[in-house]
Amino acid sequence: MSEWQPKILAILCNWCSYAGADLAGVSRMQYPPNVRVVRIPCSGRVDPLMILKGLQSGFDGVLVSGCHPGDCHYISGNFVARRRFAVLKPLLEFVGVEPDRVQFSWISAGEGERFAQVVTKVTEDIRKIGPAKRLVKGA
Amino acid sequence: MSRITLESKPSDGVRELLRHLLDKGKVSAVLAPRRLDDEGSLDLGFITDRSELDSIDPFAPVMIANTAQVLSMITPSSSKIAVVLKPCELRGFVERVKREQGTLDNILTISCTCGGVFPLQKAVDGITGGMTANYYSDLSSEKIHAEIRETCKACEHFIPINSDVTVSLVGEKDLDENCQIYLNSKSASELLEGLGGEIDKKEYDPAISAGLMKKRLAEKERLFNSVFPGKGGIDAVIEIFGKCVGCHGCSRVCPICYCVSCDFESMNFDSDIAYYEKELSQKGALRLPPDTMLFHIGRMIHMSFSCVGCGLCSDVCPADIPVASVFKRTGDKTASIFDYIPGRDLEEAIPVMVFKEEEFSRFVDE
Repeated sequence: MSEWQPKILAILCNWCSYAGADLAGVSRMQYPPNVRVVRIPCSGRVDPLMILKGLQSGFDGVLVSGCHPGDCHYISGNFVARRRFAVLKPLLEFVGVEPDRVQFSWISAGEGERFAQVVTKVTEDIRKIGPAKRLVKGA
Repeated sequence: MSRITLESKPSDGVRELLRHLLDKGKVSAVLAPRRLDDEGSLDLGFITDRSELDSIDPFAPVMIANTAQVLSMITPSSSKIAVVLKPCELRGFVERVKREQGTLDNILTISCTCGGVFPLQKAVDGITGGMTANYYSDLSSEKIHAEIRETCKACEHFIPINSDVTVSLVGEKDLDENCQIYLNSKSASELLEGLGGEIDKKEYDPAISAGLMKKRLAEKERLFNSVFPGKGGIDAVIEIFGKCVGCHGCSRVCPICYCVSCDFESMNFDSDIAYYEKELSQKGALRLPPDTMLFHIGRMIHMSFSCVGCGLCSDVCPADIPVASVFKRTGDKTASIFDYIPGRDLEEAIPVMVFKEEEFSRFVDE
C-alpha cells in the first residue's frame, strides 16, 4: 500500500488565483499534485457551505484563494469573502475541524511562484494534521 | 423621554392604552397576544374591533408565533398599527427589516422588560394558567422563574431596545396596582397624549432590573459552558443534532430565516443513487435522509450572527434538540467577531453584507 496522500480542494477565482495556477503550470514549476482545482468566478461566490460540503465528501483540506485586496475583478468580492471566512472560523472549531484544514490566501495572476509555495505549504500543513475525520459522519 | 404611571395592573394598563389608541383613531389596528380561555390557549390577534381588546393578554408568558415573522406579513401598512411584542421579537423584526422583509414605518412597538416565556408545550397542554401567579411575583423580586425556557433564563436582552413604548415589569414592586409606561419616541408621546395617569420626565433606568441582569448573565455563562457535551467537536455535534428528523421546523419559525426557497430544500441537496453508491463505497454505511447535520451547521453559517435567541426553534423541535441554546452560543461567538448585537440598531449593517478594507488579516495568508 502506498503512503496516505492528502486530498485538497482548491477553490480558485477565475481572474487572479486560477491564472496564477496556470502560470505556475506553464512555467513548469514544481508543486505537490494533491490539489483538485475548482474554478469559480470570484472568491465572493464561495458559500462557506461549499467548504463544509468538500470536507464532508472526503477532502482532507480546502484552500480558497482570490485576488489581493483592491485587485478584485468585481471590486469587492474578496472583501466580502473574507468576512464570511471570519464567520466560518469559529464554526469550524465548533464542528471540530482543525483550523489549518481550511486556509485562505490571496494569489494574483502574476504570482505563479507564490501559487506553488502556497500549495506546498497547505499540503504540508494538512499532511501534518492527518486524514480528515469524515465531517458529520454519514450525515 | 417621558413616563406615564397608571394605577392598575400592567396588563390592564396596556389594554387601556390600546383602547385609547383605537378609540381616538390613533391606530387602525392592534396586533397582540390574545387569551382564548382561562387554561392557557392563546393566539396572536390582529384586532380592529374595540370589544375584542378585553381578551388581550399583552404579557402572556408564551411565544405562540413569532411576531417578527407576522409583522413581515402585514407591513408596509397604509395606516398605523400598534404591536405588542417581546424584546427578542422586536430585535428579530429589526433584523428582518435589514433584510427588506418589512418596515417599522407606521408601526408603534409596545414591549416590556421581559421575564421570559414558558415552553410552547406548556401552552399546548393548557397549563400556563396556573403558573402565571408565581410568574408575576418572580418578576417583582427579579428572580428567574423556574419553569421558563432555557434560552430565556440565559437572555441578557430582556430590556427592549428601540421600542416606542416600554412597560416596566421586572423589578417593579407593585405589579397589582402600578403600571409604569415609558415613552421612548416622539411618535409614542404624540399618540399617547391624553391617556391620563401621572406623567413625568423620566427615562427607563436599567438599575430597576439590575438584579435580574446579574442572574441572567450568570445563567448565560452556565448555559454556554454546558451546551456542548463532552469535549465538543464533531462528537458533540453528533450527540446534539444526531436526533434531528430533518423536518426543518426550526428554520420555518426562525425570524431570521426568511428565504422563501431555502437552499437546503432546493435541488442543490438532491442526490441520486449514483451519489449514494459512491458514498457507500467509501464509508460502508450512510444515514438517510442525508444532510440533517449539515443543515444545522449551514444555518449557523448563514444566520447565527443575527440570532436573537427567541427560542422558538427549541419550542417546535419534535426531537427535543436544544437548537436555540446551541445557536445562541455559536451566534454569540460569530456576532462578537464583528462587535454586532442583532437587532440593536436598524442602521447597523448585517456583518456579512459590508466590509472594511483593513480587517481580519489573521484569517488570510497574505
